[in-house]
Amino acid sequence: MLEQVAIQLLNGLVNGMILALVASGLTLIFGIMDVVNFAHGDLYMLGAYVGTTALAVTGSFWLALLAASVAIFWLGVAIQLVALRPLLGRDPLTTILATFGVSLVLQNYALWQYGPAGRRITEPVAGHFRLFYLDYPWYRVIVAVLAAAILAALWLFLKHATWGIWIRAVTQDRVMAAAMGIPVPLVHTAVFGLGAAMAGASGCLSGPLVGVDQTLGLGIILKAFIVVVVGGMGNLVGSVLAAIFISLLEALASLWVSPAQAVIVSFVLLIVTLLGRPTGLFVPTPK
Amino acid sequence: MILAAREVHTFYGKSHILHGVSIEVGAGEVVGLLGRNGVGKSTTLKTIMGLARPARGSIVFDGRDITGLAAHRLARRGLAWVPEDRRIFRSLTVLENLRTGLDRAGVDAARRSELLEKVYRSFPVLAERSDQAGGTLSGGEQQMLAIARAMVLEPKLILLDEPTEGLMPRMIAQIRAIVEALHREGIAILLVEQNVPLTLEVSDRVYIMEKGVVRHAAPAAELRADPTVIHRYLGV
Repeated sequence: MLEQVAIQLLNGLVNGMILALVASGLTLIFGIMDVVNFAHGDLYMLGAYVGTTALAVTGSFWLALLAASVAIFWLGVAIQLVALRPLLGRDPLTTILATFGVSLVLQNYALWQYGPAGRRITEPVAGHFRLFYLDYPWYRVIVAVLAAAILAALWLFLKHATWGIWIRAVTQDRVMAAAMGIPVPLVHTAVFGLGAAMAGASGCLSGPLVGVDQTLGLGIILKAFIVVVVGGMGNLVGSVLAAIFISLLEALASLWVSPAQAVIVSFVLLIVTLLGRPTGLFVPTPK
Repeated sequence: MILAAREVHTFYGKSHILHGVSIEVGAGEVVGLLGRNGVGKSTTLKTIMGLARPARGSIVFDGRDITGLAAHRLARRGLAWVPEDRRIFRSLTVLENLRTGLDRAGVDAARRSELLEKVYRSFPVLAERSDQAGGTLSGGEQQMLAIARAMVLEPKLILLDEPTEGLMPRMIAQIRAIVEALHREGIAILLVEQNVPLTLEVSDRVYIMEKGVVRHAAPAAELRADPTVIHRYLGV
């Protein structure tokens, strides 16, 4: 039993780090421009697909990961410029509809381009290590470490880089930021691209763990939204903690119930959060 | 002439706030803008800063027509805004607040530390608190940070909106000293204030606004000598 718990904790941590990567992009975008990006899961899905293509061309998973991040960054930039920039300052409902539309376009593009059959990305690291009675794949551990490294890099970037300070300033007060000479429209576009790139990278990273098909985004986007709400809308650290917390809860719950039923735990947590602490579990209540 | 606003009309939604405001500020001049609450003084500053779009009229700054230009471009051309509610980036540290204006093209490392040193000399308390979050500063310190943040932009004109509002007398004296220091440096200031005596003392010229238009313009010395105009429009 104790062994099962340990294994599930590790599983939960790995899933949590991937989810954290997706959710922090989502919360970054929401925090800075009040856009709820319904296409975020599809950027994750397309990241995985770009990964399969780049892997077939280059033969290197790590190059494929880079290609997926870069390609989805520019896709995000294009989406922001075409679908969101003209809507800035309008009713939030308009941007929800716009990103929902983009989501449908991306899913159907993937279906048209790659066909309905699922694809797989082979693990770049094939080794296993002995974990009690299991052969646990090293790749899963590497995914968690890599995701953590990307999040740490993001944190350092936001903390110290000029662009990081610009992003935080625009998130807090876009009018004052503009008056200080910060190019606010450019920062908005760049943040959307950055969030998209993080989703694309997560998609490619989790490609070897799950099959790749055009509905890949649907499962993760739902969880990412729960994470963003539980972590506090727009709160980056809160999102990372919430992603890990929720994934651990689900992993432990699946010791007793089926994984499909374990998802219920997340929804219960979401409802409890919305009822009790709508500003998020991991932040002091704002005054 | 550093700034010339002519017949500026500004709307917020359907409400007509500015009904043809004309204001001029000479290079290095301190100009006061007086008026009761809600006559459009802050809106005048916001319109000049590019934060509210004028429906009609023109604004010329430093020899160029800037009507309708985005605020971030104006900030790069030497226009700075110190809003009445200060609008400090609360979760950014004091230094990071200053970096929003310091980290820009054309400012090399040497110039950067020069500018930083200069504002820390003017406001030593900001140097002490440089790693503290802006939101934890007192009202007076936040006002100093707001002015310091405008100063690092190396502006030709500062739009200063009620800098002494809600401050203790000692702080007010300090704000006044800094306005005079900026004046000596040749930085032009368009000052909106409720504090009439202070405005008359630090300004070269004064405009008086009423219901979205400028009703009266006069040298500050003239108004100091004969307060009947002030009395008529402001009731003080």
